[in-house]
Amino acid sequence: MSAIAFWGAVELGLVYGFVALGVFLAFRVLDFPDLTVDGSFPLGAAVAAVAITSGWDPWLACLIAALAGAACGLVTAFLNVRFGILNLLASILTMIGLFSVILRVMGRPNMAVLNQETVITPFLDLGLPDHIVRPLVLAVLVLIAVVLLARFLGSDFGLAMRAAGANPRMARANGVNVGGQIYVGMALSNALTGLGGALFAQVSGFADVTSGVGTIVVGLASVIVGETLLRSRVMLVALLACVIGSVIYRVAVQLALSMDLFFLRASDLNLVTAVLVALALVLPKIRAGKAVAR
Amino acid sequence: MIAVSDLHVTFNAGTPLERRAVAGIDLVLGEGEFVTVIGSNGAGKSTLLAAIAGDVFPRSGRIRIGDRDVTREAPAKRAARVARVFQDPLAGSCADLTIEENLALAFMRGSKRGFGPALKQERRSALRDKVKELGLNLENRMGDRMGLLSGGQRQALSLVMATLAGAEVLLLDEHTAALDPGMAEFVAGLTQRLVAAHGLTTLMVTHSMRQALDLGTRTIMLHEGRIVLDITGERRKNMGVDDLVEMFRRVRGGAELDDDSLRIG
Repeated sequence: MSAIAFWGAVELGLVYGFVALGVFLAFRVLDFPDLTVDGSFPLGAAVAAVAITSGWDPWLACLIAALAGAACGLVTAFLNVRFGILNLLASILTMIGLFSVILRVMGRPNMAVLNQETVITPFLDLGLPDHIVRPLVLAVLVLIAVVLLARFLGSDFGLAMRAAGANPRMARANGVNVGGQIYVGMALSNALTGLGGALFAQVSGFADVTSGVGTIVVGLASVIVGETLLRSRVMLVALLACVIGSVIYRVAVQLALSMDLFFLRASDLNLVTAVLVALALVLPKIRAGKAVAR
Repeated sequence: MIAVSDLHVTFNAGTPLERRAVAGIDLVLGEGEFVTVIGSNGAGKSTLLAAIAGDVFPRSGRIRIGDRDVTREAPAKRAARVARVFQDPLAGSCADLTIEENLALAFMRGSKRGFGPALKQERRSALRDKVKELGLNLENRMGDRMGLLSGGQRQALSLVMATLAGAEVLLLDEHTAALDPGMAEFVAGLTQRLVAAHGLTTLMVTHSMRQALDLGTRTIMLHEGRIVLDITGERRKNMGVDDLVEMFRRVRGGAELDDDSLRIG
């Protein structure tokens, strides 16, 4: 694997680090299996691509993408909290609907974001090679997100959100508005994912309506890899682990592809990821003897 | 103060499974009164508590807490005035949060939760002092996950959590039933101390006749969703477990006591 390919994988891992943080928030904190991210990621990319090619400031484009993501999360939360639709199904409905929304936003299935002013471009003339600058800028951005999210989850409000996910009955008995927490948590989770999509469009140079397929599985894989390598109850470390997991996942994929491992092809990636995530979900249960008892 | 008037709670109303869990209860608890509730399975004890806490909404009747009508208020909203401890020690706390995080959560019950850190230094030491008062040596384990503790330890901490945020009303739903005898006695004693110290208006459901008479100042017996016995003062003081069991038997139409539904002693 060349250095450029390696840094390219790190870069992609850092972009998907935002997704991993969002998935951690939904799955681990709120206990909400949320497939909305499969839609909010490409929507973030689409919104940012349209904004940037229209000459808007790239940071403003990121903000709008995050808000668009938050809106997706709110829709899913609304279907679940207000109407009691099963959380997984609610998120699938939002995801399916978003496919059409994205096509409307872009007016076509994909668009290029090449030779445009992005959040990376101001840092490109500082003397470092481009393939180093991009992951560096992304690392700073994702670290800021990690620190802010850790502070949030360590606050009174964040603690209430963790309780709402872990034990809703107890949370209610302690005056926590569980439905409200689901709204805020889902909005935040998908805002992070939308931001990830916006950055993806800027570093990859394109937005594509199909780029969201499997976002949830990749995010979950990152969370699981991170948890396996760096198990901690300190929130800052747990969040950092998600990002590191995302980077490791991408580097491992890149490594496997470059080595012509076994008989695998690039197109087998989705199957391999799905199998790995399934194993990671099943193994702890087998170890705990739960699967045997049922 | 709790005032329940003509309360009716019906599950599955209008279906073949219709069940009238509470069928017309009138009950007034004065400020700081500690009432124990007994009755066989299905008598409506837990439903009465759930209605006061807001987990179930009554079909008719009113519930007042203090000077406020809470009949239609959401459980999270009335939590500012109502603290609870559940029968299942796992239900009253978050296993994945640490002891101090659980306490901090309960500490903010009824207050606006902001974005300041939940575990500020002064709050941590205040919470630690509260835990130290228990004498269970848990003050040195404040950073441990709640899930690592025994049922009794969790139940004791749940009681402390219930008293942290200045509630008016305490609802205990067989909170010692799942514990071993030694720990059950400890938690019962702790209950009495905390209720007295905080002047809490308390409703405690129990399956133990002994506990029903030993704790609190008044005992009510429910049967088929109604209050069938309400004893207090001298009459209650002179009453033994045997007398209570005898009354229980009479209420149930002379049917033999079912050992599963009632623990004597």
